[in-house]
Amino acid sequence: MNRANAVALAVALAGVVAVPWVAPTYHVLLMLPFMAYGVVLLGLNLLFGYTGLVSFGHALFIGLGAYTAAFLTGACKIRSLEIILVVAAAAAALVAMPVASFCVRYVKIYFGMLTLAFGMVFYTFLLKFYKLTGGDEGMPVARPFLLGRDLGAMPKTEYLAGPYYFYSLAVLVVALVVMWRLVHSPFGLCLKTIRDNPAKAETLGISVRHYRWAAFVISAVYAGVGGALLATPTGNVDPTLAYWTHSGNIVFMTLLGGFASFFGPLVGAFVFIYLQDFVMSVVPYWRLVFGAILAALVIFAPGGLMGLFARRRTVEVI
Amino acid sequence: MTNVVNIVMGGVFHASILFLVAAGLQITFGVQRVFNLACGSFYALGAYFGVSAVQWYAGAGGPPAFFVVPLVLAGALIGLTGVVVERGLLSFVYDRDETFQLLLTFAVVLMMEDLIRMTWGTAPVSTSGLYLVYGQARVAGATVPVYNLIVIGASLAIALGIGWLLTRTVFGRIIRATADNREMAEALGVDMRRTYAKVFTLGTVLGTLGGALVIPATAAMSEMGVELIVEAFAVVVIGGLGSMRGAFVGALVVGILRALAIAIYPELEMLVIYLIVITVLIFRPRGLFGGAAA
Repeated sequence: MNRANAVALAVALAGVVAVPWVAPTYHVLLMLPFMAYGVVLLGLNLLFGYTGLVSFGHALFIGLGAYTAAFLTGACKIRSLEIILVVAAAAAALVAMPVASFCVRYVKIYFGMLTLAFGMVFYTFLLKFYKLTGGDEGMPVARPFLLGRDLGAMPKTEYLAGPYYFYSLAVLVVALVVMWRLVHSPFGLCLKTIRDNPAKAETLGISVRHYRWAAFVISAVYAGVGGALLATPTGNVDPTLAYWTHSGNIVFMTLLGGFASFFGPLVGAFVFIYLQDFVMSVVPYWRLVFGAILAALVIFAPGGLMGLFARRRTVEVI
Repeated sequence: MTNVVNIVMGGVFHASILFLVAAGLQITFGVQRVFNLACGSFYALGAYFGVSAVQWYAGAGGPPAFFVVPLVLAGALIGLTGVVVERGLLSFVYDRDETFQLLLTFAVVLMMEDLIRMTWGTAPVSTSGLYLVYGQARVAGATVPVYNLIVIGASLAIALGIGWLLTRTVFGRIIRATADNREMAEALGVDMRRTYAKVFTLGTVLGTLGGALVIPATAAMSEMGVELIVEAFAVVVIGGLGSMRGAFVGALVVGILRALAIAIYPELEMLVIYLIVITVLIFRPRGLFGGAAA
């Protein structure tokens, strides 16, 4: 990471830390889904940007994480967010392992279709097994304890805009650091080789399928943790979290920020959530506007916002 | 027994609609290698436009017995808007990775859903009371609306028509040649721009026609497009991407199994379908009829 980027990152981080003091509560609450999606997208981009596989079914793992949170706080009376996050990560990994071993046998469109099919299996399961999942009404999420402390007495917005905000931020930062180490490790290098030339990677002795499998499972764990983080501010989880259009939206966010850049997906999540909020406050038809934006992105700027930025300044090639 | 016939006939009706949309998906994928997620959106567009056309027809005092005429005309005509999507959007990304083409069709899905909401509102719309205009027929002891039989017949006729188009006409030969080897076809003088525009539009017309035909039996809702695309997706995966015979068999499998699942164990409805999709993808990734040209 060069100096200018490090400064930009430090400024961005300081800005995010300062938000609860300087911004109106409304905007502080909007940052919560941003941070949750940030975690999801860091993982998704390991698969999309670094390994070259586009999943149209990662909403499965967001849904899994979110339902884990609802299930633990509700039926199991386990309220500690640390335990919830660990269980969500474990559940995502457990489901992802077999799913990934089927999916990584294919690339491109077939990979996308198989992930979509698995996502829809989970969606229909959530929708139809009413007794277990609450069907289309979903399940409420009770307020989790943070670091063992019951903050039930706090007013809801104060809880979300205060302790929960910093908790989410801490999770995002940890996820960010881990992912940074991962993509800059030999493991990350192998993934990039596979993306650019799988045949060559194979002749170099890299087991392409195993690496793709590992990237898939890691990205699923990230999506599970992100989903669990998303559950509390949402308050109620429902099957649409696992629907295929939700998978499409997170791919959209990644593309919006720029899948070729490490921080691109975070930028994408931020812009997506704020822009969606803004557009919805003006007209009810956010899909029309976002569809047009997506079409313009695909045609004119496939590198996303970070790609536009990188054209003018030389940014370190990842 | 009567019950089973009833269920299967319902399934076949659904299958004939699914076949039309899936055939549109197949021809687009077979020739252009674009998996058109917006096929479902065109289906929804056809449904809404069909309702409007029939309402206008009824308002103008047309005899109810001929309501299928404006319905089919509307369904076929609105499908021609596919050429706008092809020329205006997709034609820019043919040389790109197929992921971008997929995302572009996803953009169309998003836009179309809101365009439909803007034009027709959020409440479901329907052609009230025309479904049973042709009465009911008895088939092997079960009562089936005659309209369902008409749609099944129409779908079969269209299937035969597509078969004729692909195997017996010059355009069909061009389509098969392009699906087989695009560069060679181009080198032999095929105008790719026109072929792509025609093929894509043919695909969307099949989708809108399916939407228009289903509408007397149900109501048009803005989500019907995103819901149908995953079923049509199941059809083409089971049948094999790009294969017309695959679309036909896949539609029957999905339509009838879904009808049986709803009747026997409703919780399993679509779950059965996706489990079959996954099984097929794992053991026969090219689908039952994969590998064959469009």
